[in-house]
Amino acid sequence: MAIKKFEIPELLKDKPSHGACQGCGHGICWRIIYEVVEELGYKNKHVIFHDLACGSHGLFATHGHAFSGAHGRAIPTATGYKRIRPDMLVFSYAGDGATYNIGMQHTVHTAARNENITAIVVNNTNFGMTGGQMSATSLIGQKTTSSPAGRDSKENGNPIDIVNLYHGMDIAYLARGAVDSVPNINKTKNYIRKAFQKQMAGEGFSLVEILAPCPTNWNLTPAAALDRMENEIFKIYTLGEFIERSAK
Amino acid sequence: MAEKAIMKGNEALAEAALRAGCRFFSGYPITPQTEVLEYLSWRMSEVGGELIQTEDELTGLHMLIGASLAGSRVLSTSAGPGFALFHEGISYICGCEIPAVLVDVQRVGGACGGISASQGDYEEVTHGGGNGDSQYVVLTPASVQEEVDMMKEAYEIAEKYRNPVVILTDAIIGQMMEGITLPDFADIDIDKFDYTYKELKDGEDGIQRGGYPGQGFPAYAAHMGAKYKAMKEAEQRWENIEVSDADVVCVAYGISSRVCKEAVRKARAKGIKLGLIRLITAWPFPEKAFAEINPDCKGLLAVEMSIKGQMVPDIKLATKCNMPVYGYFSLDVVPDADVVVETAEKIIAGTCEEV
Repeated sequence: MAIKKFEIPELLKDKPSHGACQGCGHGICWRIIYEVVEELGYKNKHVIFHDLACGSHGLFATHGHAFSGAHGRAIPTATGYKRIRPDMLVFSYAGDGATYNIGMQHTVHTAARNENITAIVVNNTNFGMTGGQMSATSLIGQKTTSSPAGRDSKENGNPIDIVNLYHGMDIAYLARGAVDSVPNINKTKNYIRKAFQKQMAGEGFSLVEILAPCPTNWNLTPAAALDRMENEIFKIYTLGEFIERSAK
Repeated sequence: MAEKAIMKGNEALAEAALRAGCRFFSGYPITPQTEVLEYLSWRMSEVGGELIQTEDELTGLHMLIGASLAGSRVLSTSAGPGFALFHEGISYICGCEIPAVLVDVQRVGGACGGISASQGDYEEVTHGGGNGDSQYVVLTPASVQEEVDMMKEAYEIAEKYRNPVVILTDAIIGQMMEGITLPDFADIDIDKFDYTYKELKDGEDGIQRGGYPGQGFPAYAAHMGAKYKAMKEAEQRWENIEVSDADVVCVAYGISSRVCKEAVRKARAKGIKLGLIRLITAWPFPEKAFAEINPDCKGLLAVEMSIKGQMVPDIKLATKCNMPVYGYFSLDVVPDADVVVETAEKIIAGTCEEV
């Protein structure tokens, strides 16, 4: 039986530690993203547009092109770049706060324009960098530092689910994965691959949401954070592929 | 080939941007700059460029960042309330050292205000910047031809310093038609600069940077401080008219400075020694222009379409508060040359109140 040897992507070799917390999902996200970038042959032909906050720890974790713009603006910054250099693989990398709170106008209008870029959204149901405040995706009942009694729909409004929001949108691809387990990591990697392939085939906008644990701000151990994902989060934010435009 | 045309200010500015090599525009409609967006919405594709009508003004600036990082010459334009939304992006464009040209076609009033001409954005544009020590050159055209000529210059300054340049114009220059000479099309190589993000060679490392300095804040402060100082020294632009023997010197920019030119002619015909310092840059403020004023000059007259007289602090600093400063401020109507002359006469007679 052939034994598969797992090699760290060239793009991430010999770079400083990314600085994410223990049990954080970002490290796995970067790993599978850059594996796909290299497997598809875009090692020298890609740019990642980071948001600020936890996700931008990845800015200096790669040998590739990376830029970290303003909070919530990674999608328009990626859009401007792609319009000038359409041959490059271009993707944004941001969290739920950036994408569904402060940057929501871009999340809607970029999809409406079907811009030919990929948005990767790491959803950990809170604002991690600033210490665990409520975000657009915090669950009803979720205790955060700005909803200390637990999110209440009357007090705090309801969570936003991108799958519902994008219903009927004419975009290339929408999928939601997770990095809690090997099967889900492998599925998520395939979603990213499909999104990148569709972009480079000129099919338009793709968004891959990745559910990720945030044990630090959930006040849970890394193992208990994974349990929370399976027992609570996946029941609200279902995994899978939701929009897929067939190639011309 | 250079060609002559009669064009509206906003459209001439848009055409001049294309001829200066701009191939990316992202912006939002707002009176009185909307013609820039409208003109480019058909013209940009003719020259092979990209245009995006954005969801709001601030989006436009973040798109510019991406397009400029890709090597393109980029433009966004707005007016008053829309320019207010530029400030987040301006701070990033300065902080990340990205060349870009922005335009404020000033309209009247705070809040929504109105759509007629005014010069009330001076402080906001020249001193407002964005959060955290951002600064940029501000060019102030006084005619449609000057708007056209400044476009090429604006891109050159932006690329020289890797910094935004703002063209501060107004509703009258933006809306009026004048005869102009358009320059030839410039060829721009998007691979020209080493700081742009392009395809890498095997083994070559990419660029990793963003809105916080990779080199640490002390080194960043020294670098940016030296850059702003160099801009202040090298980029002051002005036009002095009959200043050296003047008893009263007007200080004005844009549409108000055209009126002041007429006032200088009228005053001189009456034997009144009136002069004019016309700002061509509002930042850096052309302090060097004030060296030509003679020591017996009775005072400086700031002529501006605003409520507060927003240039006055800059004028006082440029003269180290050594000269009396007077004001003629007409918020929403173009200043009257005869009132400028009458005010100068009062200054000479000692009956005018300082500001």
